Amino acid sequence: MILKRFATALAMSAALTVAAAAQDDVVHVYNWSDYIGEDVLTKFTEETGIKVVYDVFDSNDILETKLLAGGTGYDVVVPSGTFLARQIQAGVFQPLDKSKLPNLENQWKDISDRVAKFDPDNEHAVNYMWGTTGIGYNVSKIEERMPDAPVDSWAMIFDPEVVSKFADCGIHMLDASDEMIPAALNYLGKDPDSHDPADVEEAAKLIESIRPHIQKFHSSEYIESLANGNICLAVGWSGDVLQARDRADEADAGVEIAYSIPKEGALMWFDNLAIPADAPHPEAALAFINFMMKPEIAAENSNYIYYANGNKTSQPLLEEDVIGDTAIYPDEETVGRLYTTTPYDPKTQRVVTRAWTRIKSGT
Amino acid sequence: MTAPNAKPLIKSKFFVVFVPYLWLFLFFLAPFLIVLKISLSQTAIAMPPYLPTFDFSEGIGAAFSELKELSLDNYAFLFSDSLYIKSYLSSLQIALISTALLLAIGYPIAYGMARSPKAWRPTLVMLVILPFWTSFLIRVYAWIGILSREGLLNTFLVWTGLIDTPLTILSTNIAVYIGIVYSYLPFMVLPLYAALEKMDESLLEAASDLGCPPLKTFWVVTFPLSLPGVVAGCFLVFIPAVGEFVIPDLLGGSSTLMIGKTLWAEFFSNRDWPLASSVAVILLMILVIPIVFFQNAQQRQQERDS
Repeated sequence: MILKRFATALAMSAALTVAAAAQDDVVHVYNWSDYIGEDVLTKFTEETGIKVVYDVFDSNDILETKLLAGGTGYDVVVPSGTFLARQIQAGVFQPLDKSKLPNLENQWKDISDRVAKFDPDNEHAVNYMWGTTGIGYNVSKIEERMPDAPVDSWAMIFDPEVVSKFADCGIHMLDASDEMIPAALNYLGKDPDSHDPADVEEAAKLIESIRPHIQKFHSSEYIESLANGNICLAVGWSGDVLQARDRADEADAGVEIAYSIPKEGALMWFDNLAIPADAPHPEAALAFINFMMKPEIAAENSNYIYYANGNKTSQPLLEEDVIGDTAIYPDEETVGRLYTTTPYDPKTQRVVTRAWTRIKSGT
Repeated sequence: MTAPNAKPLIKSKFFVVFVPYLWLFLFFLAPFLIVLKISLSQTAIAMPPYLPTFDFSEGIGAAFSELKELSLDNYAFLFSDSLYIKSYLSSLQIALISTALLLAIGYPIAYGMARSPKAWRPTLVMLVILPFWTSFLIRVYAWIGILSREGLLNTFLVWTGLIDTPLTILSTNIAVYIGIVYSYLPFMVLPLYAALEKMDESLLEAASDLGCPPLKTFWVVTFPLSLPGVVAGCFLVFIPAVGEFVIPDLLGGSSTLMIGKTLWAEFFSNRDWPLASSVAVILLMILVIPIVFFQNAQQRQQERDS
């Protein structure tokens, strides 16, 4: 896997160096880190002659701040649902010219309909990947410390009695307040999408009660740390934990990683391809998005990154350990337990961020 | 005949003064005024995410009428929540302790360099500068590999038998101190070396001739003469350390409170550019006002001395 990654990086830098040559035949893509198949960019350039300049982020906050400042120079960006909704409201994106996107018919209606909650009529964005926010853990280290550990429950994280048993082997939590507060609310039996400041405070109190056991709040480091055994428990994104599992398998150092969608329910989120209103190469951007919706490309991406995509026609092309894994493509019963959230208004956002700072720093 | 000669002189003098002031205006005052203006605005869901934006396309009158929308609310908010004051104090504390550590480590290094044979000195200076050839970010990242639980340091300490279980250094304030001291050491050593190197060694001989013991000579002769280097070095490391973001973000834990991180959260998580700007304005004042006072005091001292 490390070698593969190195190859991807090489291919990307190769794409980058030739990019400057032809000004018009280029598309600037800003995607999440570790979030694309290894040959996809090369194939896109081979097929269309359009070079790709590829750049990555690991937080919606960073993407949004850049977009709101304007003039990012990016042609394709990948915001998650709630962020997409707010950014559309701020006028960040241009409507998609659907006549240039014939592959739209490959999309999975179930997913598009859910994304339409954030982007009415799917006017500005196309779903790329979707997933859940659940629990990743080191199987043997957890078993060692608690043989009957409730690995299928949020009690692993939110029950002080349980979580304290794992503090010594390292626990990470996503540094994403808009996902962790809903998770805590859900565990408390409240509406995870509550925007009531009193509810937010209650959720914050719950997280504060287990705060001493959390080693770090970070949204990408846990992949490597889980894989090399530096930590044994993490709240993380489905595909990232599975990538950690994969890396651990390849390293063959006796680390076994598993992912679980807790029985109380988990956040279902959607990452979507969209074109900023001030994109310098909108035509190339449309070509890129259309290319990403090809069944074999969508399948190649999912097979590589272990995330479910929003493309129905790619499903027969998926490997069994992707389409057959309920951690990636949950069964209907599990999907019924997943919840979605809506963007916070600025006032609630302040309460949430303030509570999050207090949780993290104790101040 | 004197008039034509005097004219170009005035011109060049004007130029000499004008260029630094233009520089200051373009790269300090103008950005500062923009930040100050944003700090008086209010957030909005828009591009850019604040109001008013002073859109002159609708006429100067319309733009000026927006002036009324500016307010000091953000500054009031900064003092209503203890988070900001605690962040400032914690940043100052971390910067102050780091500066003290840097001085304690940097002074002997600079002293050794200045007292080394003349032929070695260029090589030694080169060695101090050498780390700059690698990116700052990569050097800080490398410390993650050294300090982590399964990292080089812990593996080594366990191997030597000094400790049984790995120490948790990464993600604590200790890691932040290590990172700052490591990254900023050249900025402390170089001004100290410059001050020590040009010191007249015959002064030390004179002190010794008059029966002053070496340690006392250091405190009454060497150290006072190196004071300008000490002051320059301390300022050079203290000021950027207060606003440091990269080191606490990469090496520090979630509980490391520094104003750079608080500012980041305001800017990125809350999307509250106005409040983030007021945090920055206050930070600037905390740093600039004492330095101005210090400089004034020094100037008066110099005038008194002469």
